[in-house]
Amino acid sequence: MKRLLLLAAVLLSAPVLADSRLPPASFADTQLADPAKEAQAKELMATLRCLVCQGQSIADSDAEMAGDMRALVRRRIQGGERPDAIRRWLVERYGDYVTYDPPFGPATALLWIAPLLMLAAGVLLARQAFRKKPR
Amino acid sequence: MKRWLLWVPLVGFAALLGVIAQGLLKPADRTVRSAMIGKPVPAFRLAAIAPGKPGLASDDLQGGQPRLLNIFASWCIPCIAEAPQLLRLKQLGVPIDAVAVRDTPDAVADFLRRNGDPYARIGSDRESAVQLALGSSGVPESFVVDGQGRIVLQHVGDIRADDVDAIAAAVRNAR
Repeated sequence: MKRLLLLAAVLLSAPVLADSRLPPASFADTQLADPAKEAQAKELMATLRCLVCQGQSIADSDAEMAGDMRALVRRRIQGGERPDAIRRWLVERYGDYVTYDPPFGPATALLWIAPLLMLAAGVLLARQAFRKKPR
Repeated sequence: MKRWLLWVPLVGFAALLGVIAQGLLKPADRTVRSAMIGKPVPAFRLAAIAPGKPGLASDDLQGGQPRLLNIFASWCIPCIAEAPQLLRLKQLGVPIDAVAVRDTPDAVADFLRRNGDPYARIGSDRESAVQLALGSSGVPESFVVDGQGRIVLQHVGDIRADDVDAIAAAVRNAR
């Protein structure tokens, strides 16, 4: 029992130590006063990847760094910067990896074209199937 | 029905199996690397955080001499493991500056007292702003910056004993 408790304590200690003791950045969890700008910020945050918890967007993540990234997005939106410019700024630093809205390129071509290819294959298949029906 | 069409599902299955096996045997590298290598350090100015030690600005990294820029935090465990290697690098003549991420003066002073102090300057980055501007995704990370303020190398994670020589060489070659 004692050993089990100790093990549980060890499991708890890691996440506690992995964060700083500073409060979240201003704007990390505070909405902008202007609802239109907040909506812009929200939309952008949902398409930016959290760099620490790599499967989540910064809008979804509780990681401190995601909070700091939300603060960065909100501050820049409030300063009048366009969401596209902010995304470009981050892509310049982290590569396309940071955005969930990947631009068309050699690496992502298949991703964008695949639906069209599949649709074409479906049309072909359907045409063959219908033509073969004996009358 | 053409006969060869019968084989299509099997071939497809084998291909899928191959993709999955490759992913299992050779997991993808999930390290997030900065896209700033080869580019100048973005302009910034950070206040001091440690007693008797100046803060850090991007101008300080353009003094004509290559430097090591270490991103660390007093609350970061691997940073403790890295500290002796940074002291070794300092002994090898590598000038080291630091960005302290989300930290307080007391905690930094305590960290330096316990683990040694290899830093010439330390800037306080309370909201990870400079860390994000550098394309760094965690602590600790280190950047080799040449004399003109251009980033030439990024080391993600703590510097281990066997990384020291390569980093010292990178700094020497960065003139």
